[in-house]
Parts: sequence; structure tokens; C-alpha cells
Amino acid sequence: MSVTAGIRPKSPAERLLATNSWLVFAFFYAPILVLVVFSFNANDNVGIWTEPSLRWYREVFQDQAVLNALKNSLIVAAISTVASTILGTMAALALERFRFRGQKFYDGLLYLPIIIPEVTMAVMLLLFFAQGFQWLDSTIGWSPTFGLGTISLSHIAFNISFVTVVVRARLGQMDPRLEEAAADLYASRWQAFRRVTLPLIMPGVLGGALLALTLSLDDVVITNFVAGPGSTTLPVYVFGLVRRGVTPLINAVSVVMLVASMILVAVSFGFQRDPKSRVEPSSRS
Amino acid sequence: MSDAVTLQGVSKVFGDVYAVRDLDLAIGDGEFFSLLGPSGCGKTTTLRMIAGFEFPTQGSLRLHGVEMALQPPNQRPVNTVFQSYALFPHMTVEENVGFGLRMKKVAGAEIVERVRRALDMVQLTHRATASSKQLSGGQQQRVALARALVNEPEVLLLDEPLGALDLKLRQAMQTELKDLQERVGITFIYVTHDQEEALTMSDRIGVMNEGRLLQVGTPQDIYEQPTSRFVAGFIGEINLLPATIVDHESVRLAGGRLVAATTGAAAGSEVTVAVRPERLSLFGLGETVPARLNAVRGRIVRRVYFGDVFYYDVDTPDGVIEVKEENRPGVALHEIGEEAVVAWDPAATTVVES
Repeated sequence: MSVTAGIRPKSPAERLLATNSWLVFAFFYAPILVLVVFSFNANDNVGIWTEPSLRWYREVFQDQAVLNALKNSLIVAAISTVASTILGTMAALALERFRFRGQKFYDGLLYLPIIIPEVTMAVMLLLFFAQGFQWLDSTIGWSPTFGLGTISLSHIAFNISFVTVVVRARLGQMDPRLEEAAADLYASRWQAFRRVTLPLIMPGVLGGALLALTLSLDDVVITNFVAGPGSTTLPVYVFGLVRRGVTPLINAVSVVMLVASMILVAVSFGFQRDPKSRVEPSSRS
Repeated sequence: MSDAVTLQGVSKVFGDVYAVRDLDLAIGDGEFFSLLGPSGCGKTTTLRMIAGFEFPTQGSLRLHGVEMALQPPNQRPVNTVFQSYALFPHMTVEENVGFGLRMKKVAGAEIVERVRRALDMVQLTHRATASSKQLSGGQQQRVALARALVNEPEVLLLDEPLGALDLKLRQAMQTELKDLQERVGITFIYVTHDQEEALTMSDRIGVMNEGRLLQVGTPQDIYEQPTSRFVAGFIGEINLLPATIVDHESVRLAGGRLVAATTGAAAGSEVTVAVRPERLSLFGLGETVPARLNAVRGRIVRRVYFGDVFYYDVDTPDGVIEVKEENRPGVALHEIGEEAVVAWDPAATTVVES
């Protein structure tokens, strides 16, 4: 006699739940689908479908303004990712491994950039740079300007928080006895970090770095405030294009950015799900 | 025998709590020394100070005469076997074992040879290239031992290393550890809350409670001649009977009976008489009790069968006394409700503070 499992009529509640999840997916992905489809449209008008073509992708990679913006984006992303990963990892180590005066306060401050509205942070940074530049000019006669430098600094500022959160989660899972064991086995502080701590938190560090990279590549609001002439990044450029009227070129640029972001996020998740932590068949001897 | 470890007046304060208070201890070269006590008694803090993971708030800590109290762990000739083993999960067995030698910049060929010998010693040569995460608990334990011993430390510190193993394996490892210690001749300092482990393996035991070292002695000393009520009660089973000192050779129990015991304090002081259940014998009312024995009469209220032994609870005017009688021919079996005499040798009577 066999048991027929799972075959029973669905209740109305279950049907409703199923419908709901399909609706949610549609809500999420239908606009993306439309965007992707219309990026392959040959027509000059965004809304009128004529025939499939790669015309707009060709134009993206021939448009000097787009390429410039892309170059700026990559420079800012590279600088801010490297700097915020190093600083964020250091902050995570300080918070997880040491006890110091004002630790709670520092801990709270670190989460601020994640919590406060992006536009608030943008205004703050703009004011900060403006005041700072004025002060620098009046004291040492150096007058820096808005540009890739200010954008990079701003991206570092908000990325540190995200990197710290991700690295801390990883550090929290690590047995602090391992660092004591390394010290017990004659490793200096640096050697213990290099040989034991860093390899073990590497998935977190890489995950944090990729998150920082993605956030930097996607940022519009803050970048828009602290950018200077000639330092437009790709998302800011796209935003500007939209205001002048949507052309299918934007669709193509958006799809390129979408795919790049998706790849980065996927890789980031891959790092954070440590392959070593999977259950391995235990070998008997 | 020179001293491997000397602690003088060592205290450790966390916040305003004394984890260890005014500890004086000398551990000889090649000795198997156990620090025994309940959790939170300061034994692990003491071990961590010797390892260098904690620095004493005050006091002196010397290793073979060299002051080490404030040296970081990587500057000390000691190695630790951690309770959770703390094997590096991203390294293989041989990488784990060779870690200390690599940090000390020992030549490559020598590392290979010494790692091989260390793994040989703990019978894990066949697992050398396995990931440390693929090992069973007992194997991890042995890798942790090899990883520490391969460095030929002056002192090996073991923090409840058998705590995570099941009973059978733990008993096997006790024997293995003791054999190993005798073979390598390194000083072992072994922290445990398990009295059986401490009694069976140690040359000497230090019993700690509430940050203080209460008594140091051989396992026999600690078991047979406890100097405090805590040590008497913590190790093994014991009857603690309130009493008053009469003179140098006798005390009066709460029920009024005079018993022989060697006493130190002044006559009239309140004390506790401590007697191990296995040192007591039960006599029926018809039997003659040898005159030199201390004897207390009571009624048997409980009998528990343990296979090899019977435990009797005897209700006497001096309190309920637990008696352990062997289950073998020649030892009379007594029934619940029976009147009987509990008797013991005055030499087996220990007097501690009340």
C-alpha cells in the first residue's frame, strides 16, 4: 500500500496566498521586464515598439558623455570601495575585539549613515565641504574644488557603515579563542590577524567590499550634491537624461547598470555564504 | 626539582570583583599539577594569567625564575590546549600542528620532521592532510595536544580539555594524557572541575574556591586530610557533622556523644567533623564494636543499591550519616528500620572549621 502525499485539494486561503506571491513578483519585475524589452527597440520613441535591434547598445558605447560618466563612476567606485573596506574592517575589529571608552556611542554613530535619509546626508556633506574648503582657503590658501575627490570621500563616508555591519556579522561568528591560540603559538598581533583572523573573515570582507562597490556605482542623490563640473557619474548622468526626456538610450544604459549590479550582488551573496561552512560528510577512521 | 612556575601574591581584579585573590603557588618541573574547583572559582583565570591572555592586577609570575607577569602570550615558553580546542578551521591538521614552528621561523625541513613526530605521538599521522573540521572530537583533542607539544614548551596548560568528550573517550584520554606527560616530561597544569580527573591524573592538586587557593597537596592529602570544610565537601562524598572541641584528642558531636579525633583549635570551638562514607561500618546491635572505634547509634532510614555497594542513611542524634558498605560476602546486609551502630577509626576523622 502506498501513501499518496501532498495530493489534497488546496484551500481558498492557500490559493489566495499563491496569487498574492505572484502579484508581488509581477509588481517587482514587470517594470524591469518592460525596460529590458524596450532597450532592444529600434524606434527613436521609447513607447512605440517597431522591431528588435541592438542600436541603443551600440550608441551607449559610442556616446562620449556616457563613457566619461562610466569612467568617473568606476574611478569613484574603486577608490571608495578600497578605502571603505579597509576602514570598515578596522572599525568592525575595534568594535568586536576591544573594549574602550565611548564604545557604545561610536557603535551608534556608525549606524547613522544607514539610518538617516540620503538627502539629509547629501546636504550635510555639501555644507561640510563648502565650509571646509572656505576654511582651508582662508587658513592655508588651498582651495580645493568639488569633483571626483569629494564624491569619493562622500562614498567612503557612507560605505564604511555598510562594510562594518557585514564584517562584524562575520567576526561575531568567529571564535575569539582562535586569536588567542595564534598568540599562544608565538604569533604577533599582526601575524595573528594576517594568518588567522583575516582568512576567516575574508568572506565578510569581500561581501562588504562588493556591497560598497554596488552602493557606490548606484548612488545618485549624494553624488549629485557633491559632484563638480565634469565629474558626473553614470547614474547621475542617466538622471540628467531623464529630465531632458526619456530616450531609448537610457533604457540601454539602465539595463547595463542593472546587469552589472545584479552580478555584483550575486557574487557578494556567494562570498557571504561560506562554502566551507556547509556540512561535510564526516569521515570515519 | 626547580620550580617551573612560581606565583607570588597574584591577584586579578575584573571591575571590582576579585577573580583571583593573593595566590601563592609553586609548581615543580615535570609535575602534573591540577587546579580544581567549581566554575567561577578563578582556576581558569589563573591559567590564563600563566598563558598571558590576562595580566595580573598585582603580584609576580615567574617561569623557571624569569619574571613573565606582563609578557604577551607569544613571548612565553608555554602552550595551551583550549577547552574548545580552537583548531584553525581553515588549515589542515599538519598546518595546525606546524603553526607555532612557522611563527618561530624554524627551518622548513625541521618543521616537517617535528610535525610528523608530533602527529606520530598522538597517532594521527594518517589524518595529516585532513581538514581540521573533518575530525571527530577525540581526534581534534589530539591535534590540539600535538599542536601545543610540538613546540616543546616549558609548561603545557590544559583548560578542561576533556570536557567536550563523552564519558568513555574521556576515561581513555585521561590515561593517554597521563602516559604522554610521563613520556615527554613537560610540566602540565591542568584545569578541571572534575574531581575524578584531578585525583587520577595529578601529582599534586590545588583546590580553589572564590578566587582563593584553599589547599595544595597530593591527591591522597586532599582526599584524606582536607583542611577546610569546602575542600572536604567538594571532593568525593563526605559526612559533615557539627561538633565542639573538648580537648586535643576528642570532640563532642551535636547529639552529645564524645568521639576521638585529633584537633587543633581551642577547647570549646565550634567545628565540623568530616568522615567519608566508605570509612564507616555498620554493626548490628548484637555485635561487639571494637572499643578503639568511634561509634554512634542510629536507625537505618534508607538503603540504596548501587551494584557494587550499598548506601545506607542512618538517622542518629548527631544527624543523618551516610554509610557506604561493599556488596560482598562477609559484609552483613541491614534492613530499613533496623537499629544499628555506625563505627569508624579515629584516624579517618577529619576536623575542619564549622
